[in-house]
Amino acid sequence: MTTRSGTHAIRSEQDVVLSRQAVRKLAIECGLRLVDQTKLVTAVSELARNTVIYGGGGDMDWELVEDGGRKGVRLVFRDEGPGIPDIKQAMTDGWTSGNGLGLGLTGAKRLVDQFDIQSAPGEGTRVTITKWN
Amino acid sequence: MAILQQATIDAIKQNESALLASWIENLGDGGSLNDSRISREDVSRQAREFLSLLVTASANGDAADLTRSEWLDSRQFLEALSRSRAMQGFDSQHTAHFIFSLKRPLFDLLQKAYAADPRALSSELWMISELLDTLGMHTIRSFQKSREEVILRQQEELLELSTPVVKLWEGVLALPMIGTLDSQRTQVVMESLLQRIVETGSEIAIIDITGVPTVDTLVAQHLLKTVTAIRLMGADCIISGIRPQIAQTIVHLGLDLGGIVTKANLADALALALKRSGLTVTKAAG
Repeated sequence: MTTRSGTHAIRSEQDVVLSRQAVRKLAIECGLRLVDQTKLVTAVSELARNTVIYGGGGDMDWELVEDGGRKGVRLVFRDEGPGIPDIKQAMTDGWTSGNGLGLGLTGAKRLVDQFDIQSAPGEGTRVTITKWN
Repeated sequence: MAILQQATIDAIKQNESALLASWIENLGDGGSLNDSRISREDVSRQAREFLSLLVTASANGDAADLTRSEWLDSRQFLEALSRSRAMQGFDSQHTAHFIFSLKRPLFDLLQKAYAADPRALSSELWMISELLDTLGMHTIRSFQKSREEVILRQQEELLELSTPVVKLWEGVLALPMIGTLDSQRTQVVMESLLQRIVETGSEIAIIDITGVPTVDTLVAQHLLKTVTAIRLMGADCIISGIRPQIAQTIVHLGLDLGGIVTKANLADALALALKRSGLTVTKAAG
């Protein structure tokens, strides 16, 4: 069940910082502990930067969700960039198509509770993550 | 070409002082005069100066094209005005009000001057209106530009301020990092740290990341590069200020900081640095 939602534009490196700050506020709002806040914010940092660098910019949809008694933050990062030809390869530790460490996508997956990635060449990329309190 | 009719310019010239008076009154209604940041005399002087520039320029210049050289003086005047307003901390509305508050007195004047010729009146009004709008837009654009320049300068100052390399002990340097670590900042940080290592002949550099809110793979990559560069210079590097939540995040991210000495806080890092230098701290007797 969604209680509140919205969208942030992610176009530049500056927006990465702003989206991190926005998500930290959301995480505090739904009662995430400090460690979980930090994990979620770090995952956002990775995915938002991917959106800027590899996706050529996009948006982050956020929603505060409730399921039974627990609350959480669900985020969708979407871009209309070139897409990922081989998701399995992209989800391998240490593999990068750019010049990063190749840990952003896999690291983000380990930092959150739910992770889903959809992408195809020429159709952009859509990553959905959820962190519960 | 859209040149104002001679009759318009004559009307403005003949009624200059009356026009000026009602313009200044209008400026006052907009709150431009009851402000401690700028005196009434200054505003009046600026208004008088601009009006005379406007008359001169519109006498020989095309009112529809402000990029022409006849308008150079007016443009430069407005740019200087916007800059000084921006520096004094006024907002863009206030700055643009300077131009827009001239509209009403000028329209009133034209209405009287062309009372017998409504067709000429409407064409002159249209031209003057366009002219003032363009001048107003130019003012806002200059205002925005000066504000951006201020922000840019502050950013650069902040960048330099944010990388203070401090000497903790003979041969021990520390760099407390605060804020977001992007590529540009890391570059500045690395340069100033490496430079200080050479200058002081230090053997140990401590990078404290207590003030870095988020440590992600990019930050880690920057840190790794900095550490490698420090080692290439023959010095050792300790990273301190790894808070518990950051430590857990680094583990989940899968970052390998294995080759780097890390400490929870700056005090521990300094203790280690002293130990490596063969120094011990003892309590003074008595």
